[in-house]
Parts: sequence; structure tokens; C-alpha cells
Amino acid sequence: MAAAKKSSKSNVSAEELMSHYREMLMIRRFEEKAGQLYGMGLIGGFCHLYIGQEAVVVGLEAAAKEGDQRVTSYRDHGHMLACGMDPKGVMAELTGREGGYSKGKGGSMHMFSAEKRFYGGHGIVAAQVPIGAGLAFANKYMGTDDVSFAYFGDGAANQGQVYETFNMASLWKLPCIFVIENNQYAMGTSLQRGSSTPELYTRGEAFGIPGEAVDGMDVLAVKEAGERALAHCRAGNGPYILEMKTYRYRGHSMSDPAKYRTREEVQKIKSEKDPIDHVRDLLVTGKHATEDELKAIDKEVKKIVSEAADFATESPEPALDELYTDIYA
Amino acid sequence: MATKILMPALSPTMEEGTLAKWLVKEGDTVASGDIMAEIETDKATMEFEAVDEGVIGKILIEEGTEGVKVNTPIAVLLEDGEDASAAEDAASGSQDAPADDSESSDEDDSADVSTKPAAQAAGDMPEIPMENIPEGTKFKKQTVREALRDAMAEEMRRADEVFLMGEEVGEYQGAYKISQGLLEEFGARRVIDTPITEHGFAGIAVGAAFAGLRPIVEFMTFNFAMQAIDQIINSAAKTLYMSGGQMGAPMVFRGPNGAAARVGAQHSQDYAAWYSHIPGLKVIMPYTAADYKGLMKSAIRDPNPVIFLENEILYGQSFDVPELDDFTVPIGKAKIAREGDDVTIVSFGIGMKYALEAADALAEEGINAEVLDLRSLRPMDTDAIIKSVKKTNRCVTVEEGFPVASIGNYISAVLMQQAFDYLDAPVINCTGKDVPMPYAANLEKHALITTPEVIEAVKSVTYR
Ligand SMILES: Cc1ncc(C[n+]2csc(CCOP(=O)(O)OP(=O)(O)O)c2C)c(N)n1
Ligand SMILES: [Mg+2]
Repeated sequence: MAAAKKSSKSNVSAEELMSHYREMLMIRRFEEKAGQLYGMGLIGGFCHLYIGQEAVVVGLEAAAKEGDQRVTSYRDHGHMLACGMDPKGVMAELTGREGGYSKGKGGSMHMFSAEKRFYGGHGIVAAQVPIGAGLAFANKYMGTDDVSFAYFGDGAANQGQVYETFNMASLWKLPCIFVIENNQYAMGTSLQRGSSTPELYTRGEAFGIPGEAVDGMDVLAVKEAGERALAHCRAGNGPYILEMKTYRYRGHSMSDPAKYRTREEVQKIKSEKDPIDHVRDLLVTGKHATEDELKAIDKEVKKIVSEAADFATESPEPALDELYTDIYA
Repeated sequence: MATKILMPALSPTMEEGTLAKWLVKEGDTVASGDIMAEIETDKATMEFEAVDEGVIGKILIEEGTEGVKVNTPIAVLLEDGEDASAAEDAASGSQDAPADDSESSDEDDSADVSTKPAAQAAGDMPEIPMENIPEGTKFKKQTVREALRDAMAEEMRRADEVFLMGEEVGEYQGAYKISQGLLEEFGARRVIDTPITEHGFAGIAVGAAFAGLRPIVEFMTFNFAMQAIDQIINSAAKTLYMSGGQMGAPMVFRGPNGAAARVGAQHSQDYAAWYSHIPGLKVIMPYTAADYKGLMKSAIRDPNPVIFLENEILYGQSFDVPELDDFTVPIGKAKIAREGDDVTIVSFGIGMKYALEAADALAEEGINAEVLDLRSLRPMDTDAIIKSVKKTNRCVTVEEGFPVASIGNYISAVLMQQAFDYLDAPVINCTGKDVPMPYAANLEKHALITTPEVIEAVKSVTYR
């Protein structure tokens, strides 16, 4: 997993590291709980877990400012938690309950928060890419300095609408960061089997969009790259591409037997590149935190997640007349 | 506190599975993310990972056990420091992890199993008789999934121009396992994995068809064919006409269509009416495995672009399929699935399940419904509908799609124009509700067409 730039770990504060640790752990524990609730039949349909990719959203959200927007695919739980959405509301949407962000009508793949400027959860691969550029279009049109993040996968990077969007975003200098979450697989198709060229960060070259590859398992490297991309966009230079080299530990969705890769491959990444272990190591070796302090964070995070699960199982199902609301404004 | 590890549901439709293999043993320490067991579902073998850390205190279900129901305790997990006696206590009862009650908590429902979302209504689909099968033909039970695979394989053996392309059709064996074994038999020249680029590969297949090949394009689901709809309609459907008959697109676009279970608005839509609108396309939507097989073979041989609308919930259902060397079913012919005199219920695809269940229930009340399975939507066998309505004088249509500009609307118009004098009651169209598919279990149940709604419609047109 080669990264274009190495992170300079020297001047990172203990506080910042602790915050990254906590946020990533929150996503990890949340997703594990979601997997468990799925296994118990409390969550239905498709459920795509973000485990392994936590550093990407946590690093970029740490670089973003209030007002920036984000939009992503169906693998969206991590993005929502990282931008400050309430774990209770997210989990209750997963269980399809009234207390969920979409009143239970959207589910795992389709959640939104106007307040947090999270524009969804989209089930159609790559449909969020032009939408992300559209958010940026509005920013430019209104003269704000906000930047939008359009997250999409390595598989989505092959869809035609991505390139239509690249052209217009560059032509019109839209403040949009295209974040390619390259987790190596699109369902069962590895990058090599689906892409004529593997260097996804170069995909904007023909349109004049700068891009860089980033070690997406290193939250500090992600944050730094995010800062560079944001500065580029806020200065009015148009879009920017960040290819995050990352990895998903679980199957594509809950029902994917994942026969296309070996258990050893997954194990190797888990033991050598885990984004949470990485920060934990920095905290411990830099003597920024004691084992007890880290244990306390673990406990606190577990409690928040288990309260979210309780809320999500106790919140009632939506009232039946909700079937006919929100179809027209 | 010792907790029970429960048999997990590993797919949207799983109700039970085989505990194929334990990868941990009693006394082992596990951390979250560790793989504890391999579990076989109807589609695949899945790895089951630990959520909490602890020590495996007791294994309750031996490996190799089949038919383990979801949520059955399969092992006991001890926290650090607990001893085996806690495992015994937990195993013998008391602290159960919560079981799923999301279904049963819905009290206001009309208490009929068939009002559950289709995927959750377990059990076999009603079987219907077959026509034009030679005397003495043997039958075998096959799932719709197997019938489709066999149909494609037989046609690929027959003609080298036939090839399959789509996302995950090759190495992954199909996202819904329809193309199982085809890559192995026919190789990568003819079973082609594509990137996620529906508009692009649909167009490439159209070009290949212009040049004389016979593509079968699999859409992982028809929801994603929306990306490709321009090539399907503007290129595939219209070229024969625009070229004055010189060239066209002999090809099949196939994949699951309609609602699956709990996958929400963007993944649950019935496109029957959409494609039926288009001159130049043929549209097929079968119900039984035999029809899936026979119609798929006819579709592949047809010189026109054919939209073949499958159903995920039917994939795993078994029906009798005739054992014949070359079994085909003609496109454009409806079939009487059940004879009756009092009312005609016209349906197709998964709608047949509701139609047949309603007919069974109505028979008990002395109403004999004739059930017509359209199978093909374009061309539609309107003669068969009219003939039946001339006998019964009443008609109810059943489909899963939206009510506005539906297939039922078209049938109503045909009957009004061609059988007006024979109708003793207005035709009623039973459809899905006029809403995007909600995710919540209780709302989804109400968004879908239900058997009680069909029964009520029949009672209304028969004035009971
Ligand atoms: C247009 C479209 N085609 C196909 C699918 C089915 N599908 C869902 S996710 C997926 C793989 C996407 O992979 P990638 O973009 O790498 O994202 P990841 O799942 O790895 O996060 C596919 C093929 C879809 N949802 N939409
Ligand atoms: Mg991917």
C-alpha cells in the first residue's frame, strides 16, 4: 500500500491522536454491533459495513470545517458518525424505526442529515459523484467557501458519469474533492480485474484535475492530504482527487461469502495495517496515553454503541400513515 | 456475564442454515473480528465472526448440524475470569439475548401470513399445470435459479454466438448465483465479467448484436439497468425500424426485477410496465421454473431484443420442469394456471403467487376463479384474456408495480374496448401502492400487494 506522501507524525498533539482513536473506534464498534443486530434479524436487506476503512472519513472530517458537505454510497455508516450524526438515529434507521434519521423509510443505504450537511447514502453505484459536484456547484454559485466531498469506491470509479462529472467540475472549477475509497474490491471484482489502469488518482489527468494517492489506513496521512485538497479547492482552483488506499475487512455486504480473496490476505492487513491499532501504537509508544486511559475510551465507546442499539430496538416502527408522507413536498 | 452466541441470519432471506464447521473450540479466547465458524446458507458458505471478546465456554451445536434456525443459541461466551459453570448456567436458560420480535409486534395487521413481505413468507410457491408436454415426459424438481442456468447453458452449447456478460457473472458465479458453473464450462471468452459500467456494456452488447452475435446481458438487478436504459430503448429497440429492417439487436437483457426484501426504494421496483411501453422490445416475466427455462431459450433464439424480468424471491423456489432435450415455451402465449367460471384473475411473475393464493382461499368460499398467467407482457396474449372474461364476465388484475400506467390499466382498456358487453363489473387492478418502497418492515408489508387485497377485489367484482 504505497502512499505518495508520508505523514509527519512529529507535531501531532496527544489530544488529536486521542480524538482520532476515539472516533475510529466508535465506527468500528458501531459496525460490529450493526453486524450483530443483522444476525439477529433486527436489521434487514443490504447492510454494508465500513470496518477497516475508518481512517478515511475520520481523517478527512478532521480536516473539514463547518459548512463543508459530504455525500457517499450505501457504505455510509462511518461517514455519518464521523460528521457528527447521532449514533442512536443512525442505528434506529438501520432497524427501520421511527427514531431513525429517515423515520425508518430509508434504511442502511439511504440516510441523510440536512443539519450535518450529509447528503446521503446512495444505493446506485456512482450516482453520488455528480451529486457531490452539484453541491460544489451551489457553493460556487452562492459564493461561499464551502467544499463538498464526493466519496465513491474503486468500482464506482469505472462508471461513465464519473468522467462526465470530472470534465464539468474542472471546466467550471467546482470546489469538490473526489475521494476514491479504493478498498481493492468492487463486490467480488478486484481492482485489477475491473480497471484498465490501477492508478485511480490519475483518472482526472485528462481533465486537468490533480490527484494523489494516500495511505488510507493512516489517519494522519489522510488528514494532511485532506488539508492540501481543501486548500486547493477553497483557493478557487477547482476539483481535486484523493485516492485512499484502504481495505474492507468484512464481505461486501452481509451476504457475501468473500471467496475472491484468501483469509490470509485479510489477516495480513488486519495485523499489519489496522488504522486503529496504528494510532493506538502512536499513543502508547509516544507515552500520550496509558493502557488504562485507552481502556476507559473503549468502555465509553462501547456504552454509546450499546445505548444506540437499545434505542434502535426500543424505538417503535413508524406509524402506518408514514407510508404516504414525504412523497411530494 | 456469560452470553449466548446465536445462529446469525447471513442473508436477507435466510431462516435457517447448516453449522458447517467450528473454527474455535471450548476454552479458546476470541476477540471481535475473529472467525468462529463457517455457516452454510442456501446460497453460500459464510464466515461467522465474533462481536464480543471472551472465552468460548461451551459449544451448544455440533458442527455439521443442518437446519439450525436463526437465533438458536450455538455457543456460550464467557467474560474474562468467568469459569465453565457460568457456561452451564447460560446454556440451561435464563439470560437469553433478545430475539427478533419486529414481525410479531405488528398487531394491527390482518393476521395473515401472506401479508408478510414476499421474501419472508416462507414455504413453497403454488405449482401450476403445464401445457403441450408430450405424453410420458418425466419431470424433475428444479429451482428457478437452476432452470435459468440450464436454459443459458443449453443455448450456449447450441450456438457459439451466444455469450453472457455482466457484473460478477463469471468468477463470482453471479451475484444471485444464476450463472453458476458457466465460466467453467464456456470459458472467459463467452462468460464475461464487466466493470460496473451498465451503460457502457449494454451499448457494447448492442453493437455486438448488430454485428451478428447473440448477447445475453445480465443486470445485477433491473434497478441498475436504469443506467443503461438509453442503449436499451434508443439503440436496441429502435434500430431494426430505423434501418428499414437491415439490422437489429437480437439479444436478451435479463436480471432480477421487482421488490426483494427490505432493500429500500432504490433497489425495489417493478419495471414491467416501463419496458412494455416500448415498441421493438419483447418483454417476458415468468412465474414457474419451467416457464423460466422454456421462455429463456425462446428469448435467446428470438431475433429481437428481449427484456427478461426475473424475480429474486422466486430464484430459490422449486417447480416441476420437464426433462426434454429441447424444451421451449413460445413468447406471447398466456397460460391458464387454474380453471374457473366466476372471475378471471390475470397476473404474471411473482404476482401469480398472490393470484393463486387468493384463488385457493376463494374456492373455499365457493368462488371459482380462473387464473391466467400472462408470462409474456409484450406481445401480450390479449385473446386469452378476452376469451376467459367472456366466460367469467369479471376480471381482476394482479401485479407488484405502481398503479399509474400499469399493466393492469392496459388490460382494463383492452377489455373495455373489446369485451365491454361481456363485463358485469368494472375491472379492478390490484397493484403495489403508489409510493417508493419504504425500508421499515411494517411499512414495506403495506406497500406491497397482498393476497387479502386480491381476495377483496374479487369479492367486489363478484358482488359478494
Ligand atoms: C449502478 C449499479 N450497479 C451495480 C450495483 C450493485 N453493486 C452495489 S455495490 C457494488 C460494488 C461497488 O464497489 P465499489 O465502488 O468499489 O465500492 P465498495 O462497495 O467497495 O465500497 C455493486 C456492483 C449498484 N448498486 N448500482
Ligand atoms: Mg471497493
